[in-house]
Amino acid sequence: MAKITFDGIEVDVPDGTTILNAARTIGGGIVPPAMCYYTPLKGSGGKCRACLVRVAAGSAKDPRPMPKLVASCVTPVQDGMVVENTTSEQVLNVRKGIVEMLLINHPLDCPVCDQAGECDLQNFAFEHGVSTTRYEEERRTFEKIDIGPLIQLHMTRCILCYRCVYTADQLTEKRVHGVLGRGDAAEIGTYIENIIDNEFSGNVIDVCPVGALTDKTFRFKQRVWFTKPVNAHRQCENPKCCGKVVLWYKGKDVLRVTARKDQYGEVKEWICNTCRFDKKETADWTLEGPAHIDRSSVISANHYELPVLNAQVIADLPESSLRDLEQNPPMRLGN
Amino acid sequence: MGRKLLTEHINVEGIDTFEVYRKHGGYRSVEKALKTMTPDEVVEEVKKSGLRGRGGAGFPTGMKWSFLAKPEGVPRYLVCNADESEPGTFKDRQLMSKLPHLLVEGMITSSYALGANTSYIYIRGELLYVLRILEKAIAEAYANGFLGKNILGSGYDLDLYVHPGGGAYICGEETALLESLEGKRGNPRNKPPFPAVQGLYARPTVVNNVESIAAVPVIVNDGGDEYAKIGVGRSTGTKLISACGHLNKPGIYEIELGVPVEEFIYSDEYCGGIWKGRDLKAVVAGGSSVPILPKELILKTAAGEPRLMTYESLSDGGFVTGTMLGSGGFIAMDETTCIVRNTWNFSRFYHHESCGQCSPCREGTGWLEKILHRLEHGHGNERDIDVLASVAKQIEGNTICPLGEAAAWPVSAAIRHFRDEFEWHVRYPQEATRPGAVFPGKAVLA
Repeated sequence: MAKITFDGIEVDVPDGTTILNAARTIGGGIVPPAMCYYTPLKGSGGKCRACLVRVAAGSAKDPRPMPKLVASCVTPVQDGMVVENTTSEQVLNVRKGIVEMLLINHPLDCPVCDQAGECDLQNFAFEHGVSTTRYEEERRTFEKIDIGPLIQLHMTRCILCYRCVYTADQLTEKRVHGVLGRGDAAEIGTYIENIIDNEFSGNVIDVCPVGALTDKTFRFKQRVWFTKPVNAHRQCENPKCCGKVVLWYKGKDVLRVTARKDQYGEVKEWICNTCRFDKKETADWTLEGPAHIDRSSVISANHYELPVLNAQVIADLPESSLRDLEQNPPMRLGN
Repeated sequence: MGRKLLTEHINVEGIDTFEVYRKHGGYRSVEKALKTMTPDEVVEEVKKSGLRGRGGAGFPTGMKWSFLAKPEGVPRYLVCNADESEPGTFKDRQLMSKLPHLLVEGMITSSYALGANTSYIYIRGELLYVLRILEKAIAEAYANGFLGKNILGSGYDLDLYVHPGGGAYICGEETALLESLEGKRGNPRNKPPFPAVQGLYARPTVVNNVESIAAVPVIVNDGGDEYAKIGVGRSTGTKLISACGHLNKPGIYEIELGVPVEEFIYSDEYCGGIWKGRDLKAVVAGGSSVPILPKELILKTAAGEPRLMTYESLSDGGFVTGTMLGSGGFIAMDETTCIVRNTWNFSRFYHHESCGQCSPCREGTGWLEKILHRLEHGHGNERDIDVLASVAKQIEGNTICPLGEAAAWPVSAAIRHFRDEFEWHVRYPQEATRPGAVFPGKAVLA
């Protein structure tokens, strides 16, 4: 066991735990954001640099601070380590810089993007970024590519987290896609646009933190915050598939099926393409009840909690909306 | 004239063949090490010599060797980094193509010291002709019993392979090199674990530059103490400097560390001064990634001491008024050079070579290049210079590997020392972008 101090909170974790996972055992607002790290995927992490933290003391044996900020998702803890995340001005400033870097080539087409509302980049930028940009140059763009009949790759939105590459590598038998090219011209690709043909390929959609990989059976059907997530399961014929999913309803229709995710947006158990793409009738499933959506998602705001409204905004609302508000008073900020 | 330890016989006819090389004292270090020394004694000699890594970072080689983990029953590897691709650096190419046996000899002695039974030379893909030269040398070494099973009857086995890269700058970073050598995409790894613990095929590995390995035979032959007598302070031995740019005599010079920079540039023994009788404007002293310094600061430190060609003297003053010896790629620029254009050129290189794995470098290098491109082509605005400096700062220190820093340092340093010239490009774009335009000096901005 190793005892570490994270933002002034002491916690005991097993040896070999990463700083990020140690912080997650504490939970709450001090957990560093992670855009590329994904617990179920071996080798992921270290790439987006969103989770950089300052190590103020390396260990009890060698209490010198580490010279550079370290990626908390891949750096193992040492006994006596002191880590600063939200308590370090430097870390917060660097994180602002990371948001800026991730956004300069991102199209910011959230209004037409299917991922909007459940997008890690949106949340990350909203929580840690600045609201303006200094970038005046042209953004890099790519053509959209269909990888198979069910998945579309929109490389322009990609932040090259490599999650889908690890997913395809580790869930499927043959290596189906990887990264081509270098630098900001690097792209996720299949060899000469080969179709990704594998019964677990749909999971790349779930692991994508942005809207780069989208479900073609759901594209442009509905904004996610207008759909209701419901936990369900079925006895799947595929022995590797857990059959435990979230159904996203609009009215009586199941618009899409996804795997279940934990509070950090990580898939708990993988599901097969049959469950994901073919079983879109309520009759296919045993319903369990509403799925709880954690984190700062607009989805949860709409269905399971009272909306949080800013007092300044209320003054500008039209009269009809104000009447609604009187009948259903919202939770107000600051009290 | 300084002593030449590595390149003494470089111009001997046929030195690239085994017979001639052997006649000039070649492979003596292998005989000495394998027959009279234990591996630890070789490591000890290298430690005593004070040899510092010649690839750029200048980390003591002996210390690096002693960090190598040595678990029982697990193979260890020595990998020679011959992926020389830093702009301005071209020493290893020359050393390998003229003296291939020196590298092979160094590899054998070093592998023996580290207990490696398989070693690799990872060579830059563009240097295919050098690869052929090296392979021929290795074949000759095998034929003469210096490689293979039971070398010189000592019971020590070694296989040596040359592996070409695909020509990516990033594969010169040691962990990216190992990934590439394993047949994967050349992306740098997150550290820890360091290669000394988990390197090639997750085994303990040492990665050394060509020139560092080539210095090992000399150290073993003459003894570490003898080697340490050359040079100044902690900068011991000789160093190959690839001098290029606006010099009368560009080329590769083996210097004893400690030669004054002024002497190196102006004396006839070395570069012979600036071409066409012009004045020196700036120097990039250690390959394109180290900070550029203006004439006043490269010849003398901020304290007024003469600057020497040593690791310590060149980095005197930190990055505010100093630079680094780096890989020894010495680029001199005369008074007509446009610093903005030069910085843009460097940035273009790093933008092209960034692997795209981590976000600050992938996005930042492109951003830097685009702003510098605009400035150089007369479309800059007042804000750009500050944005440049700030973007460079956002990259620096926040990336997986040092390529981020290598991209950021030249930009930060150019703005630090030549801000007036950047402002001239913003305020007088028409004059500044005229072909052959020369910055007339600070007065023009008044």
